[in-house]
Order: sequence, then structure tokens, then C-alpha cells
Amino acid sequence: MTTEVGSESNVKKEAEKAPEVQQQTNQPDKPDPASAEQTQEESPSTEAESGQEAAASPEPSSPPPAAGGQKKEKGISRFLPPWLKRQKSQSQDKPSESSVPPKQESVEAVKEEQEETSQPKEEADGGGAGTASTEQTEEVKEVREESTAEEVQPEEKETEEEKSIGSADTQPVREEKEGESEVKQEKEETTKEEEQVIPHEASVLSALKVNKKMKMVVCHVTLLDGSQFSCEVEKRAKGHYLFFQVCEQLNLLEKDYFGLSFKDNAEQRCWLDPTKEIKRQIRNSQWQFAFSVKFYPPDPSQLTEDITRYLLCLQLRQDIASGRLPCSFVTHALLGSYTLQAELGDHDPEEHRLDYISDFQFAPNQTKELEEKVVELHKSHRGMTPAQSDAQFLENAKKLSMYGVDLHHAKDSEGVDIMLGVCANGLLIYKDRLRINRFAWPKILKISYKRSNFYIKIRPGEAEQFESTVGFKLPNHRAAKRVWKVCVEHHTFFRLVSPEQPTKTKFLTLGSKFRYSGRTQAQTRQASTLIDRPTPYFQRTSSKRISRSLDGAPVVNVSDYSQAAGAGENGPALELSSDSKSKLRVQGENIYVRHSNLMLEDLDKTQEDVLKHQASISELKRSFMEATPDPRPSQWDKRLTGSPATSLRLQAQGVPQKTPPCPETDIRDASKSAEVKPEVNGQPEVIEVMEETVVIEEVIKAKPKSPAPEASFTAETECAAEVKEERSLSSDSESEEEAEYHAQPPSTSISTQQIKEEPEEEQEAVLTQQAPPSGVESQPITEAAEPGPAAEEEKAAQPHEKERTDEPLATPDEAPNGHALQAEAPPTLRTAAAEKEEPHIVNGSASRVETEHLPQVICYSEPPVVKTEMVTISDTFAAQKTEISTKEVPIVHTETKTITYEAAQLDGNGDGEPGVLMTAQTITSESLCTTTTTHITKTLKGGLSETRIEKRIVITGDSDIDHDQALAQAIKEAKEQHPDMSVTRVVVHKETELAEDED
Amino acid sequence: MAGLMSGFGSFTHAVVRAVSQSLAKEALRTDSLEVDLLKAQEEHDEYVSVLKHRLGLEVVELPADEALPDCVFVEDAAVVCGDTALITRPGAESRRKETEAMKAALTELGLNIVEMTDESATLDGGDVLFTGREFFVGLSKRTNQRGAEILADAFKDYTVSTVPIQDRLHLKSFCSMAGPDLIAIGSSEAAQKALKIMQQMSDHKYDKLTLPDDLAANCVYMNLPGKGDVLLHCTPEEFPESAKVFEMLKDHMLIPVSNHEKVKVDGALTCCSVLINKKKNI
Repeated sequence: MTTEVGSESNVKKEAEKAPEVQQQTNQPDKPDPASAEQTQEESPSTEAESGQEAAASPEPSSPPPAAGGQKKEKGISRFLPPWLKRQKSQSQDKPSESSVPPKQESVEAVKEEQEETSQPKEEADGGGAGTASTEQTEEVKEVREESTAEEVQPEEKETEEEKSIGSADTQPVREEKEGESEVKQEKEETTKEEEQVIPHEASVLSALKVNKKMKMVVCHVTLLDGSQFSCEVEKRAKGHYLFFQVCEQLNLLEKDYFGLSFKDNAEQRCWLDPTKEIKRQIRNSQWQFAFSVKFYPPDPSQLTEDITRYLLCLQLRQDIASGRLPCSFVTHALLGSYTLQAELGDHDPEEHRLDYISDFQFAPNQTKELEEKVVELHKSHRGMTPAQSDAQFLENAKKLSMYGVDLHHAKDSEGVDIMLGVCANGLLIYKDRLRINRFAWPKILKISYKRSNFYIKIRPGEAEQFESTVGFKLPNHRAAKRVWKVCVEHHTFFRLVSPEQPTKTKFLTLGSKFRYSGRTQAQTRQASTLIDRPTPYFQRTSSKRISRSLDGAPVVNVSDYSQAAGAGENGPALELSSDSKSKLRVQGENIYVRHSNLMLEDLDKTQEDVLKHQASISELKRSFMEATPDPRPSQWDKRLTGSPATSLRLQAQGVPQKTPPCPETDIRDASKSAEVKPEVNGQPEVIEVMEETVVIEEVIKAKPKSPAPEASFTAETECAAEVKEERSLSSDSESEEEAEYHAQPPSTSISTQQIKEEPEEEQEAVLTQQAPPSGVESQPITEAAEPGPAAEEEKAAQPHEKERTDEPLATPDEAPNGHALQAEAPPTLRTAAAEKEEPHIVNGSASRVETEHLPQVICYSEPPVVKTEMVTISDTFAAQKTEISTKEVPIVHTETKTITYEAAQLDGNGDGEPGVLMTAQTITSESLCTTTTTHITKTLKGGLSETRIEKRIVITGDSDIDHDQALAQAIKEAKEQHPDMSVTRVVVHKETELAEDED
Repeated sequence: MAGLMSGFGSFTHAVVRAVSQSLAKEALRTDSLEVDLLKAQEEHDEYVSVLKHRLGLEVVELPADEALPDCVFVEDAAVVCGDTALITRPGAESRRKETEAMKAALTELGLNIVEMTDESATLDGGDVLFTGREFFVGLSKRTNQRGAEILADAFKDYTVSTVPIQDRLHLKSFCSMAGPDLIAIGSSEAAQKALKIMQQMSDHKYDKLTLPDDLAANCVYMNLPGKGDVLLHCTPEEFPESAKVFEMLKDHMLIPVSNHEKVKVDGALTCCSVLINKKKNI
């Protein structure tokens, strides 16, 4: 909050006029909070541009007092076109009058302003734009609040002031953003544009001025060398502001591996979310943070800069000394000797007496024997430079069993104490010191938590037909959420090429929408390749005794070796290997069993069972084939047969506009995917995002045709159509009780297609259907929450982005969440950085357009006999979302509606409506995106088999798109595809952005 | 300079133990087979000879103890990795004392000795598969969770994963390392199940060498200076099909070693020696 004093100073000019304006504006503003936000945003930018504005901005910075003006600002901003802003203050009356009646007009004006301003901003922001935008909006809101307060106060501020204030508030944020962006730009390939730079600087200046007046808080950050770094931040600063301050202090460019952590009230270490306000995260705790490694690079030799490796070494020394990273005596000695060499240089018998290492701690329990061994080894490193020593240190440390494993206490389903270890490759389960299970990322379909439980949904193994879910009990809700977040982040960072788009709202997704918003390892590596600066000098400080420069320090050049050393590792490549392994993996069913006994269970399957299983599968395939309208049966066949590569390709073609894969997608085993081109692996996995969802469930109970009782399968079909709309709510609220994160195969997101692996072994025939978005009909099946204003934009945050880009309105959905790097700015404005980072996506989307839609094929082995009604999912989640959004103060207002149709009700709506839209398959990439995920579950119940098919369709697009039509189409298709099945449930979740950002 | 996990398969020393006279009659066995003591001794002599003369290892030969019929299977008494030797607590009560002589020998060799003193822990070295990167410990009738934990404690650098073993005596009754990152595995259902588990549990992808016979999958791999990859494996007489598989390893120095008699008392090739790398590891 800005301080009153500042606001007062600002008031000078406008004080007279302000009161009037405020009143007038207030009323109109109320209705359109969003517009106000926008205007505010705009205003800052505009200010920056014009010198006067800039001057004004500093004043506003102090605006804490400005509480009264929310409404005012909105109204004012609306009224005033960017160029008119100055005038506004003077001629307040006019604008206010005009403003009141025609809100729309004001809005438009605002939009214009925004556009103008936004472009430069976005550009400037580059990769970080998304976050930045979010921040801005939040601040803006705050300003409003303040402004309202002001109204009460004797001093009235003009609209300008308010604007300026707002801008001031926002400016600091911008600075952060900008700073980030600058850095990113440098690193990344982002092209800087002159325009950007200018506004940039201006804002910075203003921000600086402003800062003085704002409430500042001193943050204490413990650096890796143990030293303290203090820095003043505005009280409402976001996490990344502080983080970047620290990185700047450290001269660190490869910062994506690092993070800031703090201790919560329960003394648990939490990561500071860069996209959120610091204050909200630490709550009542001290402003005390620790800079540390968040993602341990599996191959440190691939780091570009020595300074990054040095910092990693410091972290590992800590980890080792604290016992967090266990190692043997010999390893302690070896690593310690490298530390000595790095810190002290060659062993000098003269200078290095026995006690010369007393300042170092090499192990939790350091013995004389160990020290002697360290010294002995130190002598053997003669001639090694500090950088080389660090590299050797890391080469050994990275092989340690617990390197990069983030441990969390938990209990398994039977209450046995275990540890969950999150690492680059997946989730590890330990009992005592023993690894008792391991779930590689490719094996995990979904990560979720509910209350104090943490769940992972496991991809079925080769011989399995069912997905399984493994649950763990964490000590408390916070712990469950913490491990969930760590998983989400690690999955994204190490497994994906680019972060998941934030916007999407997934059906049934409750609670936290938290996503990792930073760069992935792949991205940071790419960015690192662009680092072009002389090796930065850094002083090694861990040893106080070091006064001399160790080896001619600054210029140590280890670059050659580092690159040479890093043979392809990690990243997607690693995944590949893991994937291939998956073939051999035991079936997921086992997993249900207690951990210690994992896998034993299904191992016991008899050969007969397997054979039966196979038989049933083949039958399914057959029926599927027959049923398939698809002109190209052969391909489908291949798919079914299971050549992974084929299937992938097919899907890619077939699923043009898919958005990130839905959670429920059956993705066959990773093993198959592995076989596919490496690219696939490398590609980002799609994670489910929250979006509007329409779920149609078709349930059929069929009698098993096959002689063998087991042969009968139930196929459940659930169709969920998710409609994506503009930005989803901003980040997650802490209060959420549960959240899901779907880990989807990498290739999917990029190409937008889901990767479905066909289950050779599995009986389920999984067909992905793309719901043709172009639905022509408009049927009210779905509830459109949209108010209808053109201003609302629905966008798919995901792969569709490209499409959006084309659209004028497209705003990055991600911005609110801060996930996306993209700037909020209109599509055209998108920062180069964003595009670069997510190039594949773009490509993918393009490809989609070209691709044809394959008809969905679903095989039913059995005729439907029984109808089953599905349980309806409650709407609670919609409510939650709303709450969240409110809390979070998202930039854009989002309206979320969730409607569930039960089977009974379906007759009217769900079933009938869809009929019309056959043509829908044509998807215009730009306007509409539809993703359909089909999930088939078979259940044996007595003599009956039940097949349940769940389809999840995500429709993303602008307001232009008729979502109802699209939905209707989707439902219709689903019905047509499975004529013998009945739709038992339709859940429509719609998320609409109310704000008019762009247009 | 040697670092962590380098030099897999390089050994300088071997500890073996003579065949006890009581082996034929008293040694534990899963199948009640008749053992020809003399033949068993011949086999063992040949085995030791290969290690000593053909491969040039320093072989420490411990005398037999008549009170310990299974004492020739020294592998179960100790797990050696790097400079550290874990003296086990064998799962079979009758074999507990086998560790005494082993401990003395390893101490003599200058290894860091870790003893398994926990009364609730059992571990047979035959259940421990060291791949060069990590340990897999079979949880069998002879080895329990606690034993595995102690092993994990003794070798902190490495991941230790547990593998449930059913229907077999030891983990290494059907598998072993046949090269760096190469796991020799039997074809039986039990073996394949275990392999799947190991593959799931590991961050690393191993190659596998599948052998028709489980017992043949137990071989001894070494990487010796001047000799390269060395593999002691079953003879064509015992397992003709499996021997053919081994013969496809063109780059290995293949040394078929007869194990016809000892196998009757569940003695595989790896069981008869504890291999040590005494070279300066660091």
C-alpha cells in the first residue's frame, strides 16, 4: 500500500477537480471493475511514455492514501483516452459525465489505450510478461481500494493522480518485470525493441522515485555462502522481485535452477512463489529467506557458467554437511578435497598445516581421520583450477543416491512411514533408507492432493487395463500441498519443454491452480546458450581464510570442458530412456498394494489371465475396427496394434486443435512413447489446466459376449468438453483443499495432440476424438457464463496460443497465473520471448489446422445392456474458483460456471441438442480450439461388464465462438460415435473472462 | 582420478574358501540332491585356479570349517564395495559363523569393516546385486528389510532398492552383472518379474542379457587390466543353450567354469568368491 503522504503530494494538481470526478466515476466504475483495471494498467504505461506522466508517476507511488479512488480510477481511466489523460485531470467533469452513461465507450477508449501501452510493455517484459501483467493488475486493484479510502479523506485526488498512483504502484512491479525481462531478453533470444526500452526506462525511473514513498520492507536473504543479503522491497512486491535482486547481486544468469525459500510458521521450508506477493506467502513469518538450489541439474556439466556451478557446489556442500545428502566416508573425503582445491588452490605444505581445514565442514560428523584423508586427496589435485575442482566435485556429487531428491515424510495406505522423494526423473518412495518404489514422470498421469492426502494416478502397465491411483498420507494439509507443488514444479521443469499454460481450467479440478511458471530446464538451457559475457569474476567466500585469489581466478575458463563433459543427458533424452523402461515395468495394478509389496501382486497373474486379457483386447480391437467409420482403418489398426510411433502420428494428424491433453486421457505406456521419436519425449507434456469442462458420460452395461466371464468389459465413456476461455483465475489460493495436476505426455501439448498409446495389452481401445470445434449449432447445453460483451475473450492458454496470436483480442491467459511467459498484450504483441520459448507449440498449432480430424472411434466389445447413471459432480468447484479469483485479484474477472446434467435431464438437453452440428469438425484454428480426451474404463460387475467412456472436450476461443454450439456438437458427436451408449452425465464448466482487455 | 562409481568390475583380490567335507551331506539345499564331494572340490579348485592363475588376482584362500558345511559360499558372508566391507548376518542360522573368518580376512586386507549387529537383520550376499551404480537387494527367505537397511547405511553413496524374491533362494540365483550396465537375467517368470521391478526402480536403463536357464544367469564379470571384460560363466555341458548366449558376447574374454556339483547345493558362480578392488580407489 502506498503511504498517505505520497498520495498527498501527488494530489497537488488534481485535488480540486478530483472530488467531482471521483464521485461521478465511482458509480459507473463499479459495474466494470475490469475496465478500471485495464485503464490503470494503461495509464502507467502511458505515463511512462510521456514525460509529464512519468513525473506524475513518482508521486503516485506514495499513494497509499489513495484508497478511496477505485471507482474513480476506473471511471476516469475509461473516459480518458491515453493521450487525453493529462487533460482529464483538468477537465474532469466532462469525462465523468460522459463516462457515466456510456460505459462501453469508456471501455473502448481504455482498450485503445491499453493496446498502445500494452504493446511496449509486453515487448519489454518479454518472457516474464505474463507474470508482470498479473502483478500489475493486482496492484491496480489495490490502488483502487486505496483510492476509495482517499475519497473519504479530505484530500481528494484527481483522476490523474489516481492514475499516477496506480501507475506508481504498478510501476515498481513493472520494474521487477522489466528487470526480469531485460535479463531474459539478454539471455533469451528475445529481440528487444526500442519501444520497449523506452517505456521501460521511464517506468523504472518513476518506480525508483515511487519506491521511496511506498512502504518498504527489508528482506534478509541468506546466500549460499552463508552471507546475508539485505534488500528493500516494496511491501507488496512479488517473489520474483526479490529473487531477481538476489540474482543480480550474485551476478547469476542461469537462475532458473534456484529459488528463494522461507520457513513457515511450522518451520517448514517453503518455496517463495515468484508470481505472488511475498507478504501473502510468508504471512506472519519473518522476511527472512534463503537463496538455494531448487532444481538440481542432473548434469551440472551442462550448465553454461562456472558461477552457476560454483553456487551449486555451495548448495551441495551445505547439503552434505547437514547430512541431507548422505555419502560415504570416501566420498566425503573426495568431495572435501575438491572443495579445498577450489577454495584454497594447490596444497601448500608451508601454509597448509593440519588445522587449515578446520574452517571447512566436509561431513555431518567430521573426524580427524576424515580431515586427514581430505588433505591427502587435496594434495593430489595440484594444478586444478577452482572451476575444474568444482566440476569434479559436481561430477561426483551428482551420482550420489540422494542428489536432487526432495524428501517428504508420509505414510502409505497402510500407515507405514515412508518418504516421498521428488526428483528430476519422478517420484521415489523410500522406506527408511531403502527405495521401495519409483514412479518416473512418464508413468504418472495425474498428481493431486486432497486435504492431507497426496495422490498419483499411474499409467497402466503393459498388461494392465486400469489406471491405478496411489495415495499417500501426509502429516497435514499443508504438507500434502507442498509435496504436490514440488511435484508439479519438478515435472514441469524437468519433463516438459515449456511450462504448461496456466489458463486452462480443468473439469473437476478443484483447488489450487498452482503451476510452475518459470522456465523449464530445456528452456533455461537454451537460454543459457545465448549467454555471451566474459566469465564473471566471483569471489569464493566459503573460506574466510581465502584472501588470495586462487588461481588467477576471474578468468578461469572451464567452458570447454563443461560442454564437452555433458554428453547428452537429462531432459527429454533422459525421459526417453525411462520411457523405454516402462515397457518392462510392472503393471500399475500392483501399485495399489502396499508399497513394500509393490508389484508382487500382479506378478501373480496367471498366464491364462493374461491370455484372456489379450483375447478380450483383440476382440475390442476388432469391434473397434469394424465400427470405425474411419476411412483409414489401417492406421487405426496400427494404432491399436500398438506401434507407438504410428499412433502418435495419427493422433497428431487427427487431432488438430487439441489443447493440452486432458487428465483422463489414456495415454498408453510411456514405453511406447519412448519408442517414438525422441522429439516426442522432448516435447512438453501437457498438464491439465483448469478449464471449463463439459463431461459427458456414457455408460453402457453389456453382457459379455465372450465365453469367458472376464472377457466382458465395461467401457465407460466420459466426454468432457472443456471450454476454455480467457484467463482463468489467477493463481491458486492457499486455502484450497485439493488440486490436481495432470501430467501428460510431452508430445501432446506441443502438437496439441494427445498421445495415445494404444494399448496392446490393454483391452481398452482408446480413441481420441477431437471434438470439432467449429460447431455451428448453438445449443444451450453449455452454460455460457459469458456476459456477452465483446470484451470477453475466451482463449485457450495452451497450444492454441498461436491461434490467439492472430486474434486481436487474444490475451495470454497465462498472465493471470503467471505461468505463461507470454505477455498479456494482444496476440500480436506477444513477446518474442514467449514465442521463442514455446516455438513448438506454435508449430503444433499450425499443424493442427492442417490436420484433418479423425473420427473418434470407440470400440465396444459388448452391446449395451444396462444403463447406469453417473454420479454428478458437485459444483463446488465453481464456487471455489470464484472465491479464488476474488482473492487473488486476478487481472481479469473471470466468471466460472459449472453445470452438471444428469442422465435424467440429459434427455432434453444433452442428448438432443448436439444432433445438429455435424460439420463442426472443421476447426478454425484461430477462433476455436477443441480438445477431446476419451477415457474408457471397463469394469466387471458380476456377469455384466460396464463400459464407461468419459470424454473431455475443451473448447477454447474468443467470444466469437459459439461455445454452445461447439458443446452441442461435441455431445452429438459423442453420441453418434457410441450409439449404443447412453449419456449419463454432462458437466459443463465454463470460464469466461469478463474483463475487456483488448479488442 | 578415480571417483564415485568408476571402474566397475575391476578387482585385484578375491577371497575364497575351501570346500568343507561336510558339504555333501550337510550343506543346505533347496532340492535334495546328492553331491559328489570330490567333484565339488575339483570344481572349486578349478574356479580358484582361474581367478588366481588365469586372471592374476590375489586370492586369499580361507580354510574350510567342518562345522560350516556351506562355508565355501563366501559371497553370502560379506558385501564389498569400494573400500567398505559389510559383514553380513546370514539368514540361515547355521551359517552365521561363516562371517568370522571372512571378517578377519577382509580386515587383513585393510577394508573398512561394517558389521551387521542388529539381531533382527538378516542378509545374504547372494541377495545383493551391485550394478556399479546402485544396489538391488532381494528380500528373500534369507534377507529381510532390516538387513537391506543396514546395507544402505553402509553404502550411503548408492541407491539401494529392494526386490521381493519368491520361489528362489537368492536374487542372484537368477541374475548377475555380465558387464557394465548389463544384467544377465534368467527366463523364468520369477526372474522376469524381478527384472521388471529392478527396471522400474532404477533411474538408469540397463541392458539385459536373457538366458534360457536361470542358474546360468549367474556369472562373474570382471574388468581387468590387460584383459578387458572377463566373464566366468556356465559351461556348455551344463547349460548348452545359455552357453550359446554367452558366446555371443564377442568382446568379453569368456571363461566357462564348471559348477555342476556346487549348484546342487544352490551354489552359483558368484557364490564362491568375494571380489575386492584394493587398488587405490582414490
